[in-house]
Amino acid sequence: MKTIIQLTVNGEPVEAAVEPNQTLLQFLRDDLELTGTKHGCGLGDCGACTVIVDGMPVNSCLVLAVQAAGREVLTIEGLAENGKLHPIQQAFVDKGAIQCGFCSPGMILSAKALLAANPKPTEHEIRTAISGNLCRCTGYQKIVEAVQEAVKTIEGMEVS
Amino acid sequence: MTEFQVLNTRAPRLDAPAKATGRAKYADDLSMPGMLYAAILQSPLPHAKILHIDTSKALKLPGVKAMITAKEAGLVKYGVSPARYDETLFAHDKVRYVGDEIAALAAVDQATAQEALSLIKVDYEELPAVFDMFEAMKEGAPQIHNEFPGNLTAEVHQEFGDTDAALAECDLVVDHTFLNKRQDAAFIEPHSCLAVFDLDGKLTLHSSTQVPHYVMRTVAMVLQIPVGNVRVVKPYVGGGFGPKCEATPLEMSCALLARLTGKPVKMTYSREQVFLHSRARHQFYAEMSLGVKKDGTMVALKNKAVLDGGAYTSFGIATVYYSGSLLGGPYKLQAMKYDGYRVYTNKPACGAQRGHGGVAHRAAFEQLLDMTAEKLGIDPVEMRLKNIMTTGDMTVNQLDMSSLGMKECVEAVRDNSDWKNKKGKLPKGKGIGMACGFFVSGAGYPIYRSDTYHSTVVIKVSEDGGIANVLTGSAEIGQGSDTAMAMIAAETLGIPLDNVRVVSGDTDLSVDLGAYSSRQTLMTGHATKEAAEHVRAQIAAYLAEAMGCDPASISFRNGTVRFNGGPGDFEKIRTQYIKEHRGWTDPPSGEYLTFREAARLAYLKGGTLVGTGKYKPPRLGGDYKGAAVGTSPAYGCSAQVVEVTVDLETGQVTVDDMTDAHDCGLAINRTSVEGQMQGSLSMGLGECLFEEVKFDSHGRVVNASLGEYRIATALDMPNVKSIIVESNEPNGPYGAKEVGEGAIMPTIPAILNAIYDATGVRITELPCTSERLYMAMRAQKDKK
Repeated sequence: MKTIIQLTVNGEPVEAAVEPNQTLLQFLRDDLELTGTKHGCGLGDCGACTVIVDGMPVNSCLVLAVQAAGREVLTIEGLAENGKLHPIQQAFVDKGAIQCGFCSPGMILSAKALLAANPKPTEHEIRTAISGNLCRCTGYQKIVEAVQEAVKTIEGMEVS
Repeated sequence: MTEFQVLNTRAPRLDAPAKATGRAKYADDLSMPGMLYAAILQSPLPHAKILHIDTSKALKLPGVKAMITAKEAGLVKYGVSPARYDETLFAHDKVRYVGDEIAALAAVDQATAQEALSLIKVDYEELPAVFDMFEAMKEGAPQIHNEFPGNLTAEVHQEFGDTDAALAECDLVVDHTFLNKRQDAAFIEPHSCLAVFDLDGKLTLHSSTQVPHYVMRTVAMVLQIPVGNVRVVKPYVGGGFGPKCEATPLEMSCALLARLTGKPVKMTYSREQVFLHSRARHQFYAEMSLGVKKDGTMVALKNKAVLDGGAYTSFGIATVYYSGSLLGGPYKLQAMKYDGYRVYTNKPACGAQRGHGGVAHRAAFEQLLDMTAEKLGIDPVEMRLKNIMTTGDMTVNQLDMSSLGMKECVEAVRDNSDWKNKKGKLPKGKGIGMACGFFVSGAGYPIYRSDTYHSTVVIKVSEDGGIANVLTGSAEIGQGSDTAMAMIAAETLGIPLDNVRVVSGDTDLSVDLGAYSSRQTLMTGHATKEAAEHVRAQIAAYLAEAMGCDPASISFRNGTVRFNGGPGDFEKIRTQYIKEHRGWTDPPSGEYLTFREAARLAYLKGGTLVGTGKYKPPRLGGDYKGAAVGTSPAYGCSAQVVEVTVDLETGQVTVDDMTDAHDCGLAINRTSVEGQMQGSLSMGLGECLFEEVKFDSHGRVVNASLGEYRIATALDMPNVKSIIVESNEPNGPYGAKEVGEGAIMPTIPAILNAIYDATGVRITELPCTSERLYMAMRAQKDKK
């Protein structure tokens, strides 16, 4: 028996009928075709499916779609505005923080949630914030550098 | 130092914006109207006869569209090396490991497919199973393949020089044994594919693979259709590291089911299935003896390997050769003897993983070097420098070091880690260690015996002359090959990187053996360069004709054309271009003729402007059996220094610092080179300290998840000082060679040598968990 849910996804109101056992990840990928959110394990281990729900980074494979009712969901597709990359995305591009790219959407959203709560994180705070997002390609160094670069860019934007 | 316009820079990757915004499509992101979902039934038993398979109930489930077992799929044998085709798509007489494939089906949705699997009834007669490689070699052990008595899939015996005689003359011979553990490559994207059959019997397979070319050949063979009827298209791939280097049951099942149903069929492995398919790093047992002179001169090496291969061969023959051949360098030896055995067990098959076959034996050997240096009272860095090979040296097993910055790498890590002030001077619980290694820049021979080119590339210029499209079958899997090829094309054509587009990973575009053995920068790079030169030569010829000059006087730079280095009188060509593009907002301007105008002229004269390039290595290596494995047109090498802190109460290891130098020849893209170096160290650190695929007594993987199988997180990795050493490789395009795999070679032994320095305990079995190190420290204390 499907349930009707209403929520906000990337700033747009969405109304949909979902199965009670459907995960938020399945709902985003299969129903809304927002395939930027990745399925890496389905167990909450890898963080590739990270999205931001009401400001908190969550593993969307561990959240049911019905639990997202009434909430604001931000996926990687909602981050760039009018074709212009968000400073975190731009820093990931510029600093070589992306290799295979499969962890990148989740990694970028974890960084986004971190910087919203803590605009000037230490290196250890950055590493802690992304420690639930596994990356097998980069050794994390360029990802940390990208987040540090984004901190500077965002700070500069606010000053000017 | 160089006059490159594009190469050797830090150009951002071409695919980074698509990947940063979620636009990049991976195999599981694809869908088609009417698509069916496949599922595969896998054996719950490690070794059993199949008595009967009853699919009738499953087929009656509404929504199930097709079912295949060995009966429908046939018994075509396949594998990686034609010398050991030992797999069939589905088990027919017996299953050989927990996870062996028995049947596949297609249904209207995932839930129905999974339910249908549970309705298939298989009657088994359980057979005794064997999980340990040494047990499997014993007389009377369960036999896994009738054709391979004693469970030996491959056996290698090589000797260069007279090892026993050389050892007898040594002042000191040191012995060492080492055991690593089975790995999982733990790429974040599970295997996935989508198969579509046209109505005229042609297959398009979208798949997460490192090797579209080999997948095309294997799928065609198993489906018994012409190779030309199979097109493999690789979307973006979320990492491979080796295990995505061969055709999978996933791909073949989806293709067969697509043919049977006339519908597109998709399937993605669960994370558990990734572990069950495996094909990742073997477990290796190494036993070696090194003979040296008093002054530290290395003389002879005896090396023995036993590999736990799992139930099938996969890449195993090459793996067991590599464990021997990759110790031929980077130190001079007078004699070397190698005996290798790869053994079948009732576990998932092992295959190739980053540093194929070389990593565990390199770890053993670099520890042995430190042990020997200690006995001789020589500093480990000095010991290595004393024996180091340099450019032009040939190993005892005839690998040609056509360029080798090994000495420069050792000196770089020594100087940048402050080795001299730290070695032997750190407080107890802190340690410093070093190690070296080298690796091929592409295998000298294809997996199947053939005179095929290893890479061909087509460059097609847009009709306005503005964009050069590089078309290649090579596989961008995250390492940055598309960007590297774009940079090589741009440099060769003398145009900005923005004016190059790359379309890759499609077997219809060109021949390319794919992303394995660190081959694409060198091999696809050569073909790209040649294709760009072909385009350039055609443009120059037409220009020379139009201008009445010598083609040799024409050069291309930064998107402009020079005649004898100057602008030349090109007014006629420009006027014509501008007339043709009336109303356009971007008319060519400036004091030089642009590449765009020149390429347009070439199009007008000769039709669509296409350049082609090709590469295959010359005949390499010696004449002995197995000489092909380990050959390469060039070798990359690296040295690392690692500093650790060991908690002497608990055995917990923290890696504080890593200094890494890698000789990649000319660094095509400096950021990408560092990315490969840092990623390699991260994988090596995980393998050294935590990673181990574990089994229960029934052959089931007990930690088939990324929570239980622990890879390095952001909190485990220190920042790495990455030093790029650039030799000039005569056999590489613009002097370039590998970085993707060689960089992992020194990591494990450098960490273990540092742990020894910190604790005085020599760890001979991986992973070096807190528990293992604690127990080893306690055992040593008890001995005293």
